[in-house]
Amino acid sequence: MLKTAEGRKKKQPAAYRKRDQVAYLYLLPWLAGLIVLQIFPFISSFYYSFTDYKVNGGMHWVGLQNYIKLFTTDRDFKSSLKATILYTVYTVPLKLTMALAIAMFLNRDIKGINLIRTLYYIPSLFGGSVAVAVLWRLMFLDNGVVNTLLSKVGIGPIQFWGDPKYALKTICSLEIWQFGSSMVMFLAALKNVPRVLYEASEIDGAGKIAKFVHITLPQISPIIFFTLIMQTIQALQNFTSAFVITQGGPMKSTYVLGMMLYKEGFAFFNMGYASSISWVIFAMIVVVTLTLFRSSSAWVFYEDEGK
Amino acid sequence: MKKVKNKMLKNILSYLMIVLIGAILLYPIIWMFFAAFKTNEEIYGSVKLLPKSYGFQNFIDGWKGSGVYTYGHYFKNTFILVIPTTLFTLISSTLAAYGFQRFRFRGKNVLFAVMIALLMLPNSVLMIPRYTLYTKLNWINTYMPFYVPGMLASNSFFIYMLIQFLHGIPRELDESAEIDGCSTFRTLVQVILPLMKPALFSAGLFQFMWTYNDYLNQLIFINSGEKYTISLALRLSLDSEAIVNWGKIMAVSFIAVLPLMLLFFVAQKYFVEGIATSGLKG
Repeated sequence: MLKTAEGRKKKQPAAYRKRDQVAYLYLLPWLAGLIVLQIFPFISSFYYSFTDYKVNGGMHWVGLQNYIKLFTTDRDFKSSLKATILYTVYTVPLKLTMALAIAMFLNRDIKGINLIRTLYYIPSLFGGSVAVAVLWRLMFLDNGVVNTLLSKVGIGPIQFWGDPKYALKTICSLEIWQFGSSMVMFLAALKNVPRVLYEASEIDGAGKIAKFVHITLPQISPIIFFTLIMQTIQALQNFTSAFVITQGGPMKSTYVLGMMLYKEGFAFFNMGYASSISWVIFAMIVVVTLTLFRSSSAWVFYEDEGK
Repeated sequence: MKKVKNKMLKNILSYLMIVLIGAILLYPIIWMFFAAFKTNEEIYGSVKLLPKSYGFQNFIDGWKGSGVYTYGHYFKNTFILVIPTTLFTLISSTLAAYGFQRFRFRGKNVLFAVMIALLMLPNSVLMIPRYTLYTKLNWINTYMPFYVPGMLASNSFFIYMLIQFLHGIPRELDESAEIDGCSTFRTLVQVILPLMKPALFSAGLFQFMWTYNDYLNQLIFINSGEKYTISLALRLSLDSEAIVNWGKIMAVSFIAVLPLMLLFFVAQKYFVEGIATSGLKG
């Protein structure tokens, strides 16, 4: 492989080969989409966020007014921001910890491991579908199956949907339940950790915890990093469960930003204002992603550094 | 002797743990299935898993839907939306991945970085301008808002996934085909595509699953009952009755998740490999 690459380099020092021109043709659909469906909407949305754009009304420049309203007078936004941050802080770490713990547990040579992995993955199939949101709504009713089970052990009844203390957490449980896809990723990463490393550390007398901290974690850190970013982006935009199960209530405790964005934009048709909400979501994603990237040099370990 | 016994005990305990966790995870789905046969009285305040009797009345009533259309109609709509979207995505993403992975061209590094950065660009930011655009094009209440992003490879995720897979297909194969006089396009179709089958299958399954489950976009872009998909119809069934007949709702919910489960059991190898090789979200 290396040889052919070198050989080609010698023949064609700097210039791009004629054969390669055709690449633009292959990329044409994607490039068209990039301009029309990504860059153009991205810029428009930024512009809208400084206007009073309404679907059937006009569009006037209002400067920072939308953002000022969000951060000063709009009390819904305050609850919304809080709900979104809590949702992300509850779901992402718990989901990933569950995924990693169970992946470690399943990472052994036992019979039927494939079947088990398959079964554990099933909840992840349903993602943000309405069907499982409806199921959750029913199971956690005041006289639903969960409360009935709890009453057998003398707990409750808990108003999972009626009490602002519990509603958001109960919605989080739906997301955490779907840890299977992260688990499968972690399992694949764990399988790739060279056994030699463990054997060597055993000779040095390393215990289980030492092996986990000094070998397992660094070795699978790139996958943890990637999953962490993707899951956070997803959690910050959550919509379906809040919309179908609680409609943002009780007392706006589950009124996440994704839902506020939908309400403002598509129920009240305040497109300009909704755009400013979407930019708050985007800003949060940028901040989290940048922080993670900045911190990654300290904890993410790449074997082929600099390649 | 004692050591062997200990090891066996440990193994048995591990199995028990695995089975227990699995049972907790799958319980909601199993419960959903049996709840489809129950009346509200059987569901409320009861921990019994099995229903008193197995009649299909809930399924029959549920299938009828609450308005003019049956779930047969909603299923048909869902597949008319999901299947072409999936196929378009596969075609456009394959072309883009091939373009990126097998050619050297001016601006490649920048475009590649843009493609990766798009993985992190949230749909929330693009939603409103896209809605405005689709309104101008008269695409609201059609499936074009799903087909066109598919045709234009708008989800970088699949491009990235296929590029990862292309890395593993030796370049010598297409180079020798090209030396034999094949155009790059014929090389793609005749040499590379057959080798990409597993990756295409994985990508297709994921796009199918995500589009099938997606609710927000369907809610925004589709607004007439005639065009409703299963997700939209389910929500409608839930809200259209003063007293919810939960058994009926569970029956249609179960029918709604059934295609995904069937697909998963038939093609689970591709699901698991797809996630493992490219690191999927979801």
